[in-house]
Amino acid sequence: MSAAPSKMLATLNVNGRDVTLAFLPHATLLEVLREELRLTGTKHGCELGQCGACTVLVDGAPVLSCLTLAADTIDRPITSVEGIAVADALHPVQRAFLDLGAAQCGYCTPGFIVAAVHLLERTTSPSETEIREALAGHLCRCTGYTKIVEAVALAGQRMRATTHG
Amino acid sequence: MGNNGARSTEGRVVGAALPRIDGYAKVTGAALFADDMAFPRMLFGRLLRSPHAHARILSIDYEKALRLPGVVAIATGRDLPVRYGILPSTQDETVFAIEKVRYVGEPVAGIVAEDERTAQRAAALIEVRYEALPSVMSIDDALRDLTENGEKIHPESRKSNNVHKDVHLTFGDIEAGFADADRVFDDEYFFEGNTHAALEEHSAVAICGADGKLTLWSSTQTPHYLHRVAAAVLEMPASRIRIIAPPIGGGFGGKTEPVAHELAAAYFARATGRPVKFTLTREEIFYTHRGRHPVRIHLQTGVKNDGTITACRLQTWLDGGAFGSYGVATTYYTGALLPVTYKMGAYAFDGCRVYTNKPPCGPKRGHGTTQPRYAFESQLDDIANALGLDAGAYRAAIAVVPYSRTINHLRVTSCGIREALSAVAERTDYGAKHGKLAPGRGIGLAASAYLCGAGLPIYWNPMPHSGAVVKVDRGGGVTVFCGTSDCGQGSQNMLAAIVAETLGVDILDVSVCAGDTDLTPVDLGSYSSRVTFMAGNAARSAALEVRERIAAAAAAELGIAPERCAFASGRIFDRDEPDRALAFVDAARAAEARCGTLVGVGSYTPPADLHGDFKGSGVGPSPAYSYSACVAEVEVDFETGEVRVDRIVLAHDCGRALNPSIVEGQIEGSAYMGMGEALMEESAFRDDLHRIPNLLDYKTPTMLDTPSIEAIVIETEELEGPYGAKEAGEGPLNPVIPAIANAVADAIGARIFATPIVPERVLQALDGTTGPLRLRAPVAARTA
Amino acid sequence: MLRLPAFEFRPVRSVEDAAALLSEYGSDALPVAGGTDLYANMKLGLFTPRVVVGLRSIAELRRMHFDPAHGLRLGALCSLDSIARDPAVLLHYPALATAAAMVGTPEIRSMGTIGGNLCLETRCTYYNQSADWRKALGYCLKRDGDLCRVALHSPTCKAINASDTAPVMQAYDARISLVGPHGARVVAARDFFSNDGAHATVRQSDEILAEIALPPPPRGARSSYRKLRLRNAFDFPLLGVAVAVATNEAGACTQARVLLGAVGSAPIEVEGAGALLLGSHFAAATLADAAEEVFRAGKPLENANASLLYRKRMLRVLAQRALEDVAAPLR
Ligand SMILES: Cc1cc2nc3c(=O)[nH]c(=O)nc-3n(C[C@H](O)[C@H](O)[C@H](O)COP(=O)(O)OP(=O)(O)OC[C@H]3O[C@@H](n4cnc5c(N)ncnc54)[C@H](O)[C@@H]3O)c2cc1C
Ligand code: SF4
Ligand code: FES
Ligand code: FES
Repeated sequence: MSAAPSKMLATLNVNGRDVTLAFLPHATLLEVLREELRLTGTKHGCELGQCGACTVLVDGAPVLSCLTLAADTIDRPITSVEGIAVADALHPVQRAFLDLGAAQCGYCTPGFIVAAVHLLERTTSPSETEIREALAGHLCRCTGYTKIVEAVALAGQRMRATTHG
Repeated sequence: MGNNGARSTEGRVVGAALPRIDGYAKVTGAALFADDMAFPRMLFGRLLRSPHAHARILSIDYEKALRLPGVVAIATGRDLPVRYGILPSTQDETVFAIEKVRYVGEPVAGIVAEDERTAQRAAALIEVRYEALPSVMSIDDALRDLTENGEKIHPESRKSNNVHKDVHLTFGDIEAGFADADRVFDDEYFFEGNTHAALEEHSAVAICGADGKLTLWSSTQTPHYLHRVAAAVLEMPASRIRIIAPPIGGGFGGKTEPVAHELAAAYFARATGRPVKFTLTREEIFYTHRGRHPVRIHLQTGVKNDGTITACRLQTWLDGGAFGSYGVATTYYTGALLPVTYKMGAYAFDGCRVYTNKPPCGPKRGHGTTQPRYAFESQLDDIANALGLDAGAYRAAIAVVPYSRTINHLRVTSCGIREALSAVAERTDYGAKHGKLAPGRGIGLAASAYLCGAGLPIYWNPMPHSGAVVKVDRGGGVTVFCGTSDCGQGSQNMLAAIVAETLGVDILDVSVCAGDTDLTPVDLGSYSSRVTFMAGNAARSAALEVRERIAAAAAAELGIAPERCAFASGRIFDRDEPDRALAFVDAARAAEARCGTLVGVGSYTPPADLHGDFKGSGVGPSPAYSYSACVAEVEVDFETGEVRVDRIVLAHDCGRALNPSIVEGQIEGSAYMGMGEALMEESAFRDDLHRIPNLLDYKTPTMLDTPSIEAIVIETEELEGPYGAKEAGEGPLNPVIPAIANAVADAIGARIFATPIVPERVLQALDGTTGPLRLRAPVAARTA
Repeated sequence: MLRLPAFEFRPVRSVEDAAALLSEYGSDALPVAGGTDLYANMKLGLFTPRVVVGLRSIAELRRMHFDPAHGLRLGALCSLDSIARDPAVLLHYPALATAAAMVGTPEIRSMGTIGGNLCLETRCTYYNQSADWRKALGYCLKRDGDLCRVALHSPTCKAINASDTAPVMQAYDARISLVGPHGARVVAARDFFSNDGAHATVRQSDEILAEIALPPPPRGARSSYRKLRLRNAFDFPLLGVAVAVATNEAGACTQARVLLGAVGSAPIEVEGAGALLLGSHFAAATLADAAEEVFRAGKPLENANASLLYRKRMLRVLAQRALEDVAAPLR
């Protein structure tokens, strides 16, 4: 067995900051975020694309970090759950999850939150069906999804209120 | 915010739907779960698992693996020979298999290396020679006579064949009861096994200092039991081991007993002197399992024409998998709680758990009570239909009453079953719809009862089940220390809420230090829905003790009698003259000056008189029982057999809702999980292999398969519960499965006697070819 | 955590560079687009390429263009999501929009590409498992073993082509262009999928799927895709039925293709069903006969997450529904 392959040096744009770091060329974005950058907010429940827990935004769109090569995200803005709150103010989606108790164990929560933020960037008044369809790629074993759907709707409502008010 | 009157100290926190205190870290990604932890020089572990369901281990050669650069240490059964098991009566596991392997996926060796890939590669280099033995993969197989040939899965077991445990209990005159019946209903059911599939993959991280002190973080629901077992297995004093339960990414019973990777992490940390992490893959979690037992059920119920139950005989056969786990308790639980819901003239229960060569089954939300509840509520529906009774009113008529004893001697206190039944029936207009919907549409109802913690501990001891310490800081901050583990159910918040309410402070002024065997008093763990009741009571006593001291000091400052001190809004005031007040922080300082460090302790032990006096009476008693009722509405596609659940209304008597939003969340999650079990989740095997050990093929309902769930919180005042609370974590799941089964029966006009109700089963029922689903009498059946 | 085996990642910016790299490394290299299929399979140890050629940055393969005269041209890197939402696709090739919208989950559709979906590795319950699982089983013909676990006496692998869009593409008579180191070739969808579980398509290892061309919708075109699955997200098809027809002014059928997905190692065209529809006015009896043809033609095996008998029975139901979709007057 040959020696372990050496790491590559690259610059990633994570949560609005360029970071230059070394990682294995075959490392997934999930591994790099969690293990190299210690951004452990991004979770994993399968590493095969089957749960949605590892979702982050790349180029503004939700992707499964477990099936994305870190080396394939160079020069593309990456947003993980740690980059969702603005300074120390919670994002409306986070606030609504908190207010309605949409996070129980909280393990699926980061994935849901980034996907919901993406949805509400497209429309702040999604119907229940639209919310369910947009977030269908995320499993949650605790909540039965009810409060998650309500929280996303509430966040949209609050976002509308602040932009219009 | 002046507040007058006797209730002025109540209702600020308790009863309010405040955001949970652990929610902030969870929505920002700041919460550190076990796998989120890392230490310098940390090693990564992997387990080598058995490819055989049943085989003798002839030899293990790991020289080549050990030589792989980056591999630091390897261990096998020889290195950790101490047997353990969660129940004292079944100490049948070792960290790594010794002599035999008993299921595909059983750990055989452990490897730690500089990185996980290397550990994985090393695992593949370990050469294990096996001699395959015939495997036992079903209840029938396990009951088959082994005298001719074949080897028991556990040769040392004293039971015949592969029987692990059998139980026979009779209450009342069962023969007379059946003789007295106008009709006897006699059915067999099969409840398929399934698993928790908590989203977090189990993880354990251990460090061992040069002083020989070992710290183990693990996603465990039972840090205390892990503490005991780790001490036994590692053969070191428990006083040198510290177990910490970080936030758990879902448990549902899947993380309630010590398992190999946790103990391996501890072992390797000690052996190498370096931090060690073991995180299981999703597939490994299917092998670790401890999930819902597959149970075959034979149920005979004798009723009068008005529906009165004169006699009930329940027989269960549990497919336990390869090890004991909680199985003895599970076996008893399949029989213990039916009489807690309905009055019965006489009751007989025979349970039998067998070993098979599958991953070990254990407790899942509803522990052992879920399967017979499905059968009983299904049959009860058929009885109601046959007797022309409304299913809801009938259940209410035969339900147990508050403050009574059941036929199996269990003590019932508060009981909201009637309120729950009428709430769901009214909300859905059940009476007007049942039996009257268009073909393909159906409505079903069911009810259930559950424990608020087991009345007896797992290992016999006279100590409290839960302890808490409340400490008040000079800055007015309050910390509650308690050994609980929060797997998402909200126990951190529950502790904070109770203490905040008792001391009249803001919930965010309370910090919770939980699940740390060095820092916190013991709590037995997050199982049997015991935490709110038991740890809640302990925390309340601890807070009351502190409160008394603060009240004494405040009273002196205010010049009033301590009884007149009320606590609210961060102040202590005279309840008769609310303007005479002191800030909480000042009162606390005064109290510390008067009587020294401000700490209160509390503990909870369930009352001793909860149960009868017979062998097996220890399983089933609980200081209180919760009650739930559910109505489900479904739509069945007659051509594809697909069942769509349009509506679930689930009412749950949780005692007093300490935080209604969290109670609703538990109800909603239970409805969802029950729906998954009813319709799609199954532990499926093909030959000796788990057929679907991944989240794509093991079906858990997605957002698009789950209706918006309507939770109804029914409040009763439970006199022994903390602020009147009971439980909400497990109980609400139980009625959901039979409610859906009953709705499907209503929709298609035929009963399906097995779970999950997959499309294929629906079509068979519609075809009238349910024959294969009707079970043959198992070998050892029908002797009772 | 499941991790990828080691490989060298070589992102490219042009089809030519991709083909050149693939030919340089031969069977040691694999192309990757969205990675939703390839990386999952690599984590299970099903592929261990030395080099992975990243196609994502080939801008020209992201183009999507429709005009009524020439039809639809889809660059291989178009995401399934973009296809499912595209107004022209929704209007003129609704079955494609439906199929793309039914793949996996929103994340998988936004990462996953149409090229990857058409080149999807075949699937089997004995194959899409971890290395340890397959070892415990004793492996199978498709990889590392010498026996097919599904059809014990079969000399060939019977793994399923589970792509949702593959049967639809064939129903629309799509042309697929492949670019290799020595130039391009165009193959009809019907010739693209090889009915061999071991090799999903006829694509050579050094070729890139560059573009898919769908002919302009014929007059009176109607189409439908129906998918059988246990959950409404995540799940691969247990069965798929695609129907595309054309009609004349009188409403009679002038062209018909009925395709089955996820039954065999390639989409299966049920010519008998198409023949029955031709010239018909989609009378109920005709549809039932055509569905019966479908039922006879499809021969599922015990290699998906539902029993053979159930999938067999559902052939007729799904076909009937897809046929009714196209029979219903245009909305
Ligand atoms: C949980 C889950 C659920 C899924 N559900 C479905 C489903 O319901 N239906 C369905 O059809 N699919 C499903 N998929 C499979 C897959 O995600 C999609 O088919 C997706 O479209 C594949 O596209 P990709 O770009 O990600 O492919 P990749 O993974 O990048 O590639 C797939 C294969 O095609 C090759 N390839 C890719 N692009 C090219 C090209 N341009 N030229 C030559 N070769 C190429 C690769 O070498 C690889 O062999 C699912 C996947 C997951 C993980
Ligand atoms: S069809 Fe047969 S050879 Fe092909 S993957 Fe399945 S078991 Fe293996
Ligand atoms: S960890 Fe990426 S989808 Fe499950
Ligand atoms: S909150 Fe636990 S998995 Fe969603």
